[in-house]
Amino acid sequence: MTDIQRPDPDALIAQLRAQEAQTQRGKLRIYFGANAGVGKTWAMLSAAQRERRDGHDILIGVVETHGRAETAALVAGLESLPLRAVEYRGRRLSEFDLDAALARKPAILLVDELAHSNVQGSRHAKRWQDVQELLAAGIDVWTALNVQHLESLNGTVGAITGVRVHETVPDTVLDDADEVVLVDATPDELIARLGAGKVYVPQQAERAAQSFFRKGNLIALREIALRRTAEHVEDDVLGWRVEQSGASGGRVAAAWNTSGSLLACVGPHEDAAQTVRTAARLAGQLNVKWHAAYVETPRLQRLDAARRDRILAVLQLAQELGAETAVLTGDRVAPALAAQALHLNCATLVLGRPAMRGGWRWPLTGKGTARELAELAPSLDIVEAAHAGSSRRLPQALWNRSVGLDAEDAGEPGTGHHRWRGFLWALGASIAVTVLATPLHGLLELTNIVMLYLVGVVAVAIRLGRVPAAMAALLNVLAFDFFFVSPRMSFAVSDVQYIVTFAVMLGVGLLVGQLTAGLRFAAGVSISRERRAQSLFELARELSAALETSQVIEIGAAAVQGHFGGRAVVVAMDASDGLHYPADLPTGFDKSVADWTLRQGQSAGLATSTLAAQAWRYVPLKAPMRVRGVLALEPAHPRWLLIPEQAQQLDTLARQIAIALERVHYVNIAQQAVVDMESERLRNALLGAVSHDVRTPLTALITLAESLQSAPPQETGTVAQAIVRQAHQLNALVSNLLDMARLESDVSGQSVRLRRDWQSVEEVVGSAIRAAKPALGDMPVRTELPADLPLVEFDPVLIERVLVNLLENAAKYGAPPVVVAASTTDNMLVLKVRDLGPGLPASVRGKEHTLFEKFTRGQTESATPGVGLGLAICKAVVQAHGGAISAASAEGGGAEFTVTLARREPPPVPGFDDVERGVSAP
Amino acid sequence: MQIRTVLVVEDEPQIRRFVRSALEAEGWQVHEAGTLREGLSAAGTRQPDLLVLDLGLPDGDGVDLIRDVRGWSAVPIIVLSARTDEAEKIAALDAGADDYLTKPFGTGELLARVRANLRRPRAATGNGLAMEAVEPAFHFGDVEVDRSARLVRKAGVEVHLTPTEYRMLMVLVANAGRVITQKQLLREVWGPMRSDQSHYLRIYMGHLRQKLEADPAQPRHLLTESGVGYRLAA
Repeated sequence: MTDIQRPDPDALIAQLRAQEAQTQRGKLRIYFGANAGVGKTWAMLSAAQRERRDGHDILIGVVETHGRAETAALVAGLESLPLRAVEYRGRRLSEFDLDAALARKPAILLVDELAHSNVQGSRHAKRWQDVQELLAAGIDVWTALNVQHLESLNGTVGAITGVRVHETVPDTVLDDADEVVLVDATPDELIARLGAGKVYVPQQAERAAQSFFRKGNLIALREIALRRTAEHVEDDVLGWRVEQSGASGGRVAAAWNTSGSLLACVGPHEDAAQTVRTAARLAGQLNVKWHAAYVETPRLQRLDAARRDRILAVLQLAQELGAETAVLTGDRVAPALAAQALHLNCATLVLGRPAMRGGWRWPLTGKGTARELAELAPSLDIVEAAHAGSSRRLPQALWNRSVGLDAEDAGEPGTGHHRWRGFLWALGASIAVTVLATPLHGLLELTNIVMLYLVGVVAVAIRLGRVPAAMAALLNVLAFDFFFVSPRMSFAVSDVQYIVTFAVMLGVGLLVGQLTAGLRFAAGVSISRERRAQSLFELARELSAALETSQVIEIGAAAVQGHFGGRAVVVAMDASDGLHYPADLPTGFDKSVADWTLRQGQSAGLATSTLAAQAWRYVPLKAPMRVRGVLALEPAHPRWLLIPEQAQQLDTLARQIAIALERVHYVNIAQQAVVDMESERLRNALLGAVSHDVRTPLTALITLAESLQSAPPQETGTVAQAIVRQAHQLNALVSNLLDMARLESDVSGQSVRLRRDWQSVEEVVGSAIRAAKPALGDMPVRTELPADLPLVEFDPVLIERVLVNLLENAAKYGAPPVVVAASTTDNMLVLKVRDLGPGLPASVRGKEHTLFEKFTRGQTESATPGVGLGLAICKAVVQAHGGAISAASAEGGGAEFTVTLARREPPPVPGFDDVERGVSAP
Repeated sequence: MQIRTVLVVEDEPQIRRFVRSALEAEGWQVHEAGTLREGLSAAGTRQPDLLVLDLGLPDGDGVDLIRDVRGWSAVPIIVLSARTDEAEKIAALDAGADDYLTKPFGTGELLARVRANLRRPRAATGNGLAMEAVEPAFHFGDVEVDRSARLVRKAGVEVHLTPTEYRMLMVLVANAGRVITQKQLLREVWGPMRSDQSHYLRIYMGHLRQKLEADPAQPRHLLTESGVGYRLAA
C-alpha cells in the first residue's frame, strides 16, 4: 500500500456503479455480535425508538423478544407487521410476511435473526434472501447476526465451541452491509447474564450451552467478531479513500489486487466445504477475486452418486460465497489445476489438506497433489487448508432431492451392482481367452498366447474401464500360469524365467488397461462437450430462421428439452409486460414463481437459492435491452443443474432464446412501421383521389342545379338529366369506396366473410351485364358461355361486383364489342372480360399486376372519372375466394382481364328431376 | 274513384318529402311517420292501402314493424334500404315485405314498384306470396301463359315445360314485377323440406330461360336479384 499508483479506472467505475445502485437500493444495517445474549435486539430496538421519536417511518417486520421484559418494553410504541401463519406438517408456524412488508414499504424495517431458515414452501429458503429482496425494493433494513452464523467462520467457530449451527449467512451479505454495528459485551458480563437467565437458549441446545458459554469460548468468539468487524471497517476505509482520491483527482494506493486472484480446489473429500470457506475468507482478506474448480478425473468419475452430489453442493456453496466455479476434466488433478490457475491468472491455490486417516497411499502418486503442483507451477503460492471436525451439511433441499433420486437413477456407473458386473465380465473375458487359446497350445508359442490375453484386457478396458481391466490382467496371469506354463494345471512354475513373463504381462496389462480407460474417458468428455456445442449450434441455427414469437418459443423449448430431457416451457412477455401463458401449461409449473423470475430477473426454483423445493427451474430470458420472458425446465435428472457446465449451458440457451425473442420483437416493430408508412401513403392517396373525384361531380351538380333556376323551360329536361347522370356517378364512386372499406375491414381480422352458394355462371353474368347497363349505355356485350357450364360455388354478390367493375372498365377505357367468356376445367372456372379498345397503357406493360393496387389508374391524369378502386376491389374479392386475377393485352388489341376460381363437383339434383328433364327435353 | 292512402315511415325528411310529392302526383293521400313507434300507431289508425318503410329507423328495426303489421294486415309493404347488405333485404322480404328499393333510387323506380305491388292482392299463404293469378292469361315479351289450358307459347309456338318448370313459372307469374326470395320460391315449388337447396333454383331457372328467353345469358324477363332472389319483369 505504500506504492503510489494512479486510480484504477475499473475501480472508479465500480465505485460509481455501487453508488448508483445504492441510491435505489435500501441500506442494510447489521447489528453484529459474538454470540447470543450480547444485546443485539435490544440495541436495535433502542435505536428504532430513537428513530421513531425523530419522526421516521419505522416498522417491525419480525423481532424475537424471547420473553425478555426489558426487550419487550422497547417494542411498545413501534408499529409491528402481523406475522404470516404457515401450516407445515400439521403445525402452525409464524413467519415474517415478506409480501406484506413489500406492500407496506416503510422507510426502515426491522428484521431480526438474519440467519433464520424459512419454513419450507416460502419464497426464499433463508431470511437473508428475503432481506435482499427488501433492499432491492428500496427499503432500509436493520437486522441482527451472530458471528457463528457467518458462512466462512462456521467451521472455525464450530471447532472452537464444539457446537455447529446449520443456519448460515454468506459473508457477502455482511461485506455488502452499509453499516455494521458491533454489539459487544465482556465474557464475564455474559456469563453473569446467563446465570441470571437473561440469555435465551433454545431448549434443545441447553446441554450444549453449558459448554458453549465457557469463558475461553466467549473470548475466542469475541476476538473473531471484533476482527471481522475490523475487516469491514477496513473495507469502508478503502472505499472512502478511493472515493476521496477520485473526487480530488489525486492518487491512491492500490486498494485491491486485480491480477493475483485465488483458486480453490474442490476435492471429493468431506473437507472440501472447509477448503472453500477458507478460500473465501482468504479472498476477502486479500481483496481478490476467487475461483473454485473441481477436477473430474477418471477415478473421480467412478465415485458414487451421493459423493458426486456432495462435490456439486460444495461448488454451489463456493458460488454463494462469491466464487466463479468450473468443473475441469483431466487425467490428473495437478496439471489441470495448474493450467486453470494460469488461465485465470491466479496467484494463490487453496487445497484441502490430504486426509491421513484410514487410507493408504498409492505408491506412484504418493507425493501428493500439493507437491506435484509446486513442481508444475513454481510461481504459485499454495495454501493447505486445515480440515474442520465435521463437514457442513449440504443445503437441505438439494440433499433431499438428490438422495431421493439416486434410487431411480440406475444408469450411474460405480455402484456396487456395476462393480460386480465388471468383475464378472473380467472373469468371463479371462475364461474366453483361455478356452480359445487351449486348442492352439501346440500351434502357438507361449509368447503369442500372452498376446491373446493382452487383447482380452484391452477389450475389458474399452468396455468397462480401469478396475475391471486390472482384474482381468490379474486373472489372466493366473490362468496363463495354471493352464499353459508347465507344469500345467498347477500354479507351480518349473522355469523361473516365467516369473519375468508374469510380471511383464501383469504390468503391460495394467498399463494398457489404464491407457485404454483413459482414452475412453477422454472420448466421453469430448462427446459431452460436443453435445453441448452441438445443441447450442443447432439452437442458434434454428432460431436465426424464426420470424415469429411462437416459433422462437417452440424451437427454444424443444432445444432445452432435447438437451436436458424432461419438460421445458418458454413463456414470452406480452404487450402489457406480463407473461403470456399458453393454455396448456404442464402440471407443476407455477405461474407465481415465473412471474417472480420475470420481475426480479433472477433464476428461481430447483437448484437455486429461491424456492429450491420446486421441481422446476425458472430462468429469466435476459436480452440486451430487457428481460423478454421466462424459461422453465423440469429436467429429467435434477442433479444435472448442479453441474456448473450444465447450469451454464442452460443460461446460454436461455440467452440465445432471449436474443431471438428480442430480435423478433424489433422485427415486428420495424414491420409495423412499414405498415404504418404504407397506410399513411394510402390515406394520402385516398384523400387526394376523393377530393378530386368527389368534387368534380359535386361542382357539376351545384352549377347544374343553379342553372336550373334560370334555364328556359324547354332546357330544364336536359339539365335535369345531366344532374341525374352526375348523381349516379357520385353514387358509383361512393359505393366503390364503401365496398373497399368493407372488404378491408374484414381483411384486417381474417378473410372477407363470403356467402358462398352454388351459382349458375350464366345467371351471374346476366345480372352483372344488367347492373353495368348504366355505364355500358349502348355498348353491346357478347357472351361466350358453353351450354353445359356446371354450377360453381362462390359469393354471387361479390363476383357480380367483379364482373360489373370489369365491364365498367371496358366501357370507360375500351371499345365495342365487349365479350364476357367463361370456360371450365376439372377444377377451375375461368372468366374473361375483354374489349377491342387501345389495350393496357404502355406504362404498365410488364407490371400489369400494379393495376390492381388501390388508387392506381392506367392513365394518371385523365378526364375519365373514378378513383382507381374498381380493380383493387376485384382483386380483394377474387383473392378472398382463393382465386387469381390478371390483366393482359388481348390478341388483336384491347385489354383482357382473366379471373380464375377453383371449383369442385356440384351436388347432384335428385333422380326424379333427371327423369323429368329427360321426358321434357324440347 | 276511391282515394287510396299510403303511409311513409322514414326518418329522413328530405326523402319523405320526395316520396310524398311523387305519390301525391299519382293521386295518393300520403301520411308520414318519422319513427318506428309513430309508424306502428299510424298503421293501426290509418289502415293504409300501401306502406313504404325505411329499414334503418332511429328507434328500432323496420323488420319488427313488418312482422307486427303482417299479424293483422295484408297491406303491400315496400321497403327502402340504404344498405347494400342482401341479408337485410332477405330478412325483410321473408318477414313479409313485398318488395324493396335500394337508395339511391329515382321516382320512376318507386312508382313502378308501387304499381307492380298493387296489381295483385296478397293471398294469405304462409309465404305471403300471391298464388292465384287473377287473369287466366298472362303475357311477357313474346311469351303467352294460358293458365286455363296449362299452356305456354313463345312467339305463338307451344313450349313444353316439365311440371316443376311450370310450377315455378306460375309462382313467378302470380307475383310478376315483385321480387321473390330464393327461400320463398323453393318452398312454393318444392315444399318446405327443400328450402335450403338453392342450387335447384339455378338449374330450373336456367331451363326456363333456355326455353323462354331470346338470350338466356342476358335475360329480359326472368331476372336475377343478385343474392336475394328472382323477379319476373313483364
